[in-house]
Amino acid sequence: MSRRATVVLMLAANLMVWTAYGQEEGAASEGLFSPPQLNGFFELRGGYRLQNDRYEKDMSVMESRLQLEASTFTDWADFKFKGDLFGDAVLEQGDFDFREGWIFARPSDAMDIKIGRQILTWGTGDMLFINDLFPKDWQSFFIGRDVDYLKAPSDAVKAGFFTESLNLDVVYTPQFDPDRYINGQYNSYWNNNLGRRAGRDAYVSTERPNRWFYDDEIAARLYRTFDSYEVALYGYHGFWKSPAGQTPAGRATFPDLNVFGGSVQGPLAAGIVNAETGYYQSADDENGGNPRINNSEMRYLIGYTQEIAADFTAGVQYYMEQMLDYNAYQRSLPGGTAARDEFRHVTTLRLTRLLMNQNLQLSVFAYYSPSDNDAYVRPNIRYKATDNLLLETGANVFMGKYPHTFFGQFEDNTNLYAAVRYSF
Amino acid sequence: MKKSMIFLAVWLLLCGGIVRAESAEPSSSPAPSVEDIVARANRTAYYQGLDGKSKVQMTITDKQGRTRNREFIILRKNTPDSDNQKYFVYFLAPADVRRMVFMVHKYAAPDKDDDRWLYLPNLDLVRRIAAGDKRTSFVGSDFLYEDVSGRSLVEDEHQLLRTTEDSYVIKNIPKKPDTVEFAYYLVSIDKATYMPMKMEYYDKNDALFRVIESQKLERIKAVEGQQEVEYPTVTRSVVKDLRTGSTTEMVFSEVRYNIGLTDDLFTERYLKRPPKEAMR
Repeated sequence: MSRRATVVLMLAANLMVWTAYGQEEGAASEGLFSPPQLNGFFELRGGYRLQNDRYEKDMSVMESRLQLEASTFTDWADFKFKGDLFGDAVLEQGDFDFREGWIFARPSDAMDIKIGRQILTWGTGDMLFINDLFPKDWQSFFIGRDVDYLKAPSDAVKAGFFTESLNLDVVYTPQFDPDRYINGQYNSYWNNNLGRRAGRDAYVSTERPNRWFYDDEIAARLYRTFDSYEVALYGYHGFWKSPAGQTPAGRATFPDLNVFGGSVQGPLAAGIVNAETGYYQSADDENGGNPRINNSEMRYLIGYTQEIAADFTAGVQYYMEQMLDYNAYQRSLPGGTAARDEFRHVTTLRLTRLLMNQNLQLSVFAYYSPSDNDAYVRPNIRYKATDNLLLETGANVFMGKYPHTFFGQFEDNTNLYAAVRYSF
Repeated sequence: MKKSMIFLAVWLLLCGGIVRAESAEPSSSPAPSVEDIVARANRTAYYQGLDGKSKVQMTITDKQGRTRNREFIILRKNTPDSDNQKYFVYFLAPADVRRMVFMVHKYAAPDKDDDRWLYLPNLDLVRRIAAGDKRTSFVGSDFLYEDVSGRSLVEDEHQLLRTTEDSYVIKNIPKKPDTVEFAYYLVSIDKATYMPMKMEYYDKNDALFRVIESQKLERIKAVEGQQEVEYPTVTRSVVKDLRTGSTTEMVFSEVRYNIGLTDDLFTERYLKRPPKEAMR
């Protein structure tokens, strides 16, 4: 075991002893676990492509899934386990998705700590992420799993420090947790090396940084509220979360990435406005001269959400990515490769309508990029037939003028899905 | 003959007036003004103690008798020297909303919208919610947001319609009628406790379409400063929507007052991980 690992483990052990000690008095049932609470759901979900895809099956999603969640607490900590057992007909395999497994303690008035596998989120964007560099599951998102699956778990330690005027969250991930990126298994995608779309014929092969405590990630957020406005500063040191580079042999890589950003969110007129920005420093290619590694970027986002009628909410966002070494990128680009634009503009629209005593929800979320000339539309209908039974149907519609743009490459993945979920 | 009829009528009117005045004020103390009554009732219904906690069992029954249930813990804290409040609603059931938290910083000033947040645990997402129409359904029930957190007194004109043996009946007429679904509503306020016991909502045609009744009133013991006090508390409240035939019942249990909730409980930290002590 490396020296760093030993230090971290010793700190964790110390902390546990310390928290247990700190809570000793008045602990009637010290060391005893509360009776565990068991919850979960069983779900059937199926979906098909609405057109032929040369590189993928017709079925986009086809699975039965059992999620089990167990939680308990002692006087000094909370514990949670959550995992999914599922049979996946698309990949023709049974699988286990370990979603959460953590211990949470509140050792003092000024500190929280959560250790283990956990879902992490911060930032102000709606389905657009600048300073949230926690892993996303784009596969699940695009094939029509429940939107909860957009967030993939991290194996991390999260510590929160709280004072009257300022709060700080620090997340340490000892081994890089990448996105569940599009790799050809479920979705066809644009393969630059082949100069065409690809899928099951050409899985993305990657070189993932995976050394414990060396290929690690650290993310921090400093935040406070001014009146009704929430202001935050962010920092991240790690890697591009989805492949953003290539080895000369053509394997995808996750180059080093540092991100510095800020956000503000609060009321404006009758709604909520949010703005966020981030500087993406592509640390393996700071001058932008390496065509096989992503440029550094600036990213900007502004959004506004308002209730436009009773139980009817609308939200709009404008988002921009700016490549910072575009000239160097253009100069170094191999001939015949489709070039990215210097600026990528994306607008989003969300409409959510609740009907029938809020048991029926109609919603649509749409991305449209005027610069890429592509779009991604996510209509969804969900009906709570009873308190336990949810019926859902929806679609993932990809459109694009070119086969290589961000959403346009997924055009043949356009799909329709339906699901039944029984929660307990 | 005509003269004597008029005389009789005037005499009856005068007598009637005297009788009515007597029944209203048996103790002959000056009658409280209508503004005093509504202000006191508002304090009693929404502001008792410094803070409070309650577990709520909600049952929504539609006209065909199908039911849906909600269960949540509600924490409330008053802001000293103002009518601002903070609310924290932690959902226990149904399964699809379990562990979700809804938080409100309520502002009494009519020109300032409440701040609202929703925490979605599966995504670890704190969502800021646009303030929105307060007269929309609370969690899909027949109760509205405004029924749960209170309607600002300055939004209505108040008239004392009548005084019965045990209650004041107030007619409330909205100052901005186009922002609400009712033309006016009547509130019966218990004279002894100043608790609103019945609220009846009427439409433009004077037709009753919605009724909220406080069906059970309990005295909850608490400590205020050094003193033992008893707060009258509604522990069963039922709303009927006469148009849809739907009914929602809220039963409050484990009611406690002045448990020492602090302002920092109503922040993102506790939204993400609720205070264990308060949730038990």
